[in-house]
Amino acid sequence: MISLSHYLALGAVLFCLSVVGIFLNRKNVIILLMCIELMLLSVNVNFVAFSHFLGDGAGQIFVFFILTVAAAEAAIGLAILVVLFRNRSTINVADLDALKG
Amino acid sequence: MTFELFIFYLFAAVMVFAAARVITARNPVHAAMFLVLTFFTCSAIWLLLEAEFLAITLVLVYVGAVMVLFLFVVMMLDVNVEPLREGFVKYLPVGILVGVIMFIEMVFLITQKYFKAEQFPAPERVSADALSNTESLGRLLYSEYLFQFEIAAIILLVAIVAAIALTMRRRADTKYQSPSSQVEVRKQDRLRVVQMPSEKRSS
Repeated sequence: MISLSHYLALGAVLFCLSVVGIFLNRKNVIILLMCIELMLLSVNVNFVAFSHFLGDGAGQIFVFFILTVAAAEAAIGLAILVVLFRNRSTINVADLDALKG
Repeated sequence: MTFELFIFYLFAAVMVFAAARVITARNPVHAAMFLVLTFFTCSAIWLLLEAEFLAITLVLVYVGAVMVLFLFVVMMLDVNVEPLREGFVKYLPVGILVGVIMFIEMVFLITQKYFKAEQFPAPERVSADALSNTESLGRLLYSEYLFQFEIAAIILLVAIVAAIALTMRRRADTKYQSPSSQVEVRKQDRLRVVQMPSEKRSS
């Protein structure tokens, strides 16, 4: 039978992959946004697994809200990206140093 | 190995492979397509967990809407990907090191006795005449979590307004109508009645 730790391990693998992705693609904002989506997905896998094994619907409600917020975040992030590209003609993170950070 | 376990391993393998391709793909379009594959297999995994409503929501919202948004942006921006790839090899060792360390830490926690099958026995299969997943979620959502649900709706509204406000622009060289000034105009501003003496017919 599939136990809870199977699903938790799958979520952990996904989360670590997205962290590695943020390390590797630190110049490309689009891939960075995709990695954040992957991260949220791995958290959602954990939520759904716990909700199933505890027999409690609250976990799935929480996943619903996370999906909502992630969709809003993706929309605003991509809008910012479009404005950024229009003004600077680049999406390279290394070129975005206007704040001298 | 039961059939269910086989299905789980199959989908988990596809999902991990697709996620790995998302972070290593050279072309952002390929990365977006592999992200679609990841979401799709994840929804299959959620079906195994009897979360049917969320599984179909994931396909509709993510594969249908968010990923199309990603693809639109990737294709509209004329990005030269080569300079964006620099540092990939340089940061590969440290990235893998951090990932492996995080994974070992998480597996160390997961394999403790608290998450074993004895602590979380697999729940009974839901019988066919019981409340469906959608209906039970709906009852929770519209009773206990109604306030949070409305906040989520407002968050989506704010996202719509913000995305449109950020990307809308008025270029100076385009001609466009101004409905308010069209409505405001009065007859006196545009129309002038000229009195002219009539001329004699020359015969």
